[in-house]
Formats: sequence, structure tokens, C-alpha cells
Amino acid sequence: MYMFNKILIANRGEIALRIIRTCKEMGIKTVAIYSKADAESLHVRFADEAVCIGPASSAESYLNIPRIMAAVEITNADAIHPGYGFLAENAGFAEICRQSGVKFIGPTPEMINKMGDKVTAKETMIKAGVPVVPGSDGLLKDVKQGIKIANQIGYPVILKATAGGGGKGMRIVTKDDEFEDAWDSARKEAKASFTNDGIYVEKYVVEPRHIEFQIVGDQYGNVCHLSERDCSIQRRHQKLVEESPSPFMTPELREKMGEAAIKAGKSINYEGVGTIEFLVDKFRNFYFMEMNTRIQVEHPVTEEVIDHDLIKEQIKVAAGIPISGKNYYPTMHAMECRINAEDIFNGFRPNPGKITSFHSAKGHGVRVDTHVYAGYSVPPFYDSMIAKLICKAQTREDCIKKMQRALDEFVIEGIKTTIPFHKALMKNEAFKSGDFNTGFMNTFDMDNCKE
Amino acid sequence: MNFNEIQELIKLINKSNLTEFKLKDKDFEVLIRTDKYQKGSGQTYITAPPATMSVMPQQQAAIAPSNAQAATAPKNDEQSGAETAKGKNIVEIKSPIVGTFYRASGPDKPVFTKVGDQVKQGDVVCIIEAMKLFNEIESDATGTIVKVLVEDASPVEYDQVLFLVEV
Repeated sequence: MYMFNKILIANRGEIALRIIRTCKEMGIKTVAIYSKADAESLHVRFADEAVCIGPASSAESYLNIPRIMAAVEITNADAIHPGYGFLAENAGFAEICRQSGVKFIGPTPEMINKMGDKVTAKETMIKAGVPVVPGSDGLLKDVKQGIKIANQIGYPVILKATAGGGGKGMRIVTKDDEFEDAWDSARKEAKASFTNDGIYVEKYVVEPRHIEFQIVGDQYGNVCHLSERDCSIQRRHQKLVEESPSPFMTPELREKMGEAAIKAGKSINYEGVGTIEFLVDKFRNFYFMEMNTRIQVEHPVTEEVIDHDLIKEQIKVAAGIPISGKNYYPTMHAMECRINAEDIFNGFRPNPGKITSFHSAKGHGVRVDTHVYAGYSVPPFYDSMIAKLICKAQTREDCIKKMQRALDEFVIEGIKTTIPFHKALMKNEAFKSGDFNTGFMNTFDMDNCKE
Repeated sequence: MNFNEIQELIKLINKSNLTEFKLKDKDFEVLIRTDKYQKGSGQTYITAPPATMSVMPQQQAAIAPSNAQAATAPKNDEQSGAETAKGKNIVEIKSPIVGTFYRASGPDKPVFTKVGDQVKQGDVVCIIEAMKLFNEIESDATGTIVKVLVEDASPVEYDQVLFLVEV
């Protein structure tokens, strides 16, 4: 077993800093890469070495494989951590790393491909005996076939892009005469966003909860699960708040879903950390939705309730260390609020700019993962998330009280943020009761956020 | 000025194009001449004493942070070195890619360019190698090479200054 000497972090922002921190604790040297727009970012300062790889645009920096590989070459890094987003689930990049003799900290290109294509992932799950949402057997040929299948499985149905993500290329259809327009519109959007207009159809699970399971797989075929995270509070398929355990979970459901998640991981011999996303209907039937073959934004929620460093586990598994095979269950309650540089009263549109003062929440049970500081200018070229506020407590009720307290003391001036939204959410009765699903934001009154 | 500051000053002067540097502050005076002074390059890049003086405090401030970040210090020094010499007619040739900088096309070949050479826009001034691909880097400007800022076979990053050309 050989531990890496130097890891190049092929990412930016809070996750780059997160990875650097764990590497430091493990005694592994770090290389930060950055675009010119990120020269003042914290991850650049905290790494042992930093290489500027290009101008602001992602295509010429964080998504640019030749530039990243050149940085690996000149710094002699022996592993790359891709973080999340950017190239984290790019099988081509994982393949290039493999051919170049640099360890990609994550799954193999084959595993990424199997799960990256939604239709293939579904087929793999069916074979593995994991429940899936009833739907078309592969891509739809045409509207006629689509309508036939929709009537077989029963309306409402949802059209989805096979190469999709982030809510794009999806259309809900409630009856036959809506089908053709939805089909045309979904294909157009899919083509524009992913250059792949392949569409499949599924039963639209009404009032579903989004409950995902964290899994870890090693290089020897062992897979374990670290229980669930409830991510039902979403706006346009973008998560806003995540928590563990799910207020909707029961021990029996956790056993069944955990078992399904492990089956899913083992079916592709999964190596690395990953997340199996399920939809859970109001009868507690659960269905495989998709698998994310990377570390996720909301990983701290799991870390707080099982008390382990997931980035460390990722690196250990990549270095060939076997896992114990034990499953982990939450011992307390944790919640994360994503703090974005967005204007919540104008459609949550991005609000980049200079942060003039920054005082993050602190104290018992409070964790803040962020790359920003007073004086930092949030660049307009990348995503708008600037901090993750994570609270943990013995009970869900206490966790919410703690989050309220933490949000009250979290001061960010100079730009608009989603803090007022989270404050209103923590006071919302439906949220506090734990009785909500992915339709929650459709009826949330933004007037509650006015202070 | 204490000994460490004088050491840092000498390092900075050495990396710049300066041939002679004189600083007088109340009853403290220092004169530093580099080996370029002996060779008599005959070109001066210091515009006026006040300009030089105003550059100094900035670099003194820059010394402390760059020492604190050991790994990035060399980069900072090179950049401040470039700034001391930047006058109204200096153009920087910057690296468009990440890679390893070579002054010649092979170990036994002559360097593409050296200090004092005339270059035209479009002339190849160096090679930057990345992943076994050798990229010829061309000059953006027509003039005289006055400084080579990177050592042969060293790593360079995007936008790192490689040469200074006096136009």
C-alpha cells in the first residue's frame, strides 16, 4: 500500500479548500490550480504549490484537460482529486489520468460511464434487483411510442434527458395531447445543454422525497453505506438544504434502502465514494433515480452524523486501503444550508461582487465550509455557492434552533445572499414538522423572507 | 535598514535589470552595483529617482508575505523583479500555457534568443513543453530582449512573464 506524495486538486472554491485541509492532515503535499479570476481565492493560498492554468473561463481553466495535465507534469503530482462538478464525472478525464499514470481519486472510467448515462444506469439497476421508477426500456423512438408507454405505466409521466443533470431536459406530461410539445421542447433543451437529445420516459412520482444514500466502495469489491441524506428542499432541482437523518426515515426503510444502495454499488464493483439517489413516495416505496460517482456538495451532513472525514476515506480507498465493510448510522442530527451569492427576490439570480464584511457563524455544533473572506470578490464566472453552514445537535428540533441562531449571527455584506431565505425556512411550520417533499418550494411564500 | 532587509534588497536588485542602485535615507546610505555594471550595458531603465524610491516600500511590504508562502515566493520575486524594470517602453512576453520552459530546441542547440538580441513580432523566443508537445512561443513585440526571467528547464504557469522586450 502506497500513500500519495502529492495531490493536485482539479477544482476551486470551498471544495478545493476542503480537500487541501484533509491532505494536510494526512501529510500529503497539495497543488492548487487556478484561473486568473481565482488568484485571490483561499485555496490558492493554502496549498503548498499553486499553478495558474488559464484565464477566467472554465473552458480554458478548470475544464481544460491539457492545461490540468501540464500542471500535473510540472509539479510531479501523483494523484488528482477532481472535487465535484467540472471534470469530476468526466470519464474521458479519468481515462487520461489512468493512461498518464496519475491516480484519479474516484471511480474508473468504466464505472463513470455506466452510471453517467441515465438509461444505462437504470438497466444496470434493474439487473441488480434495485427498484427503479417504471418507464421506457431505453430511449424513446418517437411520440407514438412515448404515448403508448405513458398509458401503460399511467400518467403523470416525466420526460428526461439521458445525458441530463441540473434539471435540464425534463418535462412533466399529464395527458396524451401534451405529449408532443413536451417531447419537442425536452429534446431541444437536451441538445443545447448536453449535445445529446436522447429522451426516456418515467412515471412521475407524485410528492416524492429526494432521499440519497452515501456509499463507499474499495478496490476489493467491498461496499458499505453511511445512511441517508434528505435533500427534498430544492428549487428547480437545485438543492438548498440537506439533512441527516431524514425526518421521513424509519429503521426498516433504512435497512431496505441501505441494502439497495449497496447492491447498486456492488453491481458495478464501485470504487470510491458515491451517492445513490432515490425517490420515495408517500407510501415509503422507493425507486432508484440516479447515481453520482463523486464526492457531493452536501457530504459534510453525513460527516457530522457519523463522525468520519469522507475526503480522507476517498483518498484512502484510492490508495488501495480496504474498508471495514461496516455500515454507519447517524448518531445525531445535522443540517446544511447552502449559502449562495444570489438575489432571492429576483428569481435567485446570481449576485457576484465584493464582500465588504464577513462574519461567519461559530460556536458549539456549528461548522462553516467556505472559501470566501472579507475583501474577497466573488467572480461572475462560476457557480454562486459561497459557503455551507452546517449545524448538528442531538435532535432535529435542537438542530433547527441552532441553525436559526447561526443564521442570525452570519453576516455577509456587499453582496446579496440566500441567508434571509434560510432564516425564513427555519421558521416555516411545514419544514419544522418534517412533513415536506420536493414540491415544497412550489408553495413557499417568498414574502416570508422579508426582514 | 537591518541585515535581512539588505539581503532581500540585494536579491531584488540582482533579479532586476538594474546595474546600479543607490539609496539614501537620513544618515543611512547604500550603493549596490551588479555585474551588469561592469559589462556596461549602457541602457538605463530607471526613469527617475522618485519612481525608484516609491517602488522600494512596496517591495519591502511584498517581502514579508512572499516569505510566509515559501512555495510561491519564487514566483513573487520574479514578478516584483519585472516590475522594477517596467518602464514606459517595456513589453512582457507571457506564457500562454502551462509547461516547462526551454531556451533552445534541443540540449546542444543554440538558444533562440538572449539579452541584447533584437526580436521581431512573430519570432520564436523559446519553447514550452507540455505533455511531450513542444510549443514554439513567439514574441508579441519588436524590440530588444532586455531580460530573461525564467531559467532553462523550469516550470512555468499561465501568464507567467518570460521575457522583457524594450520596444
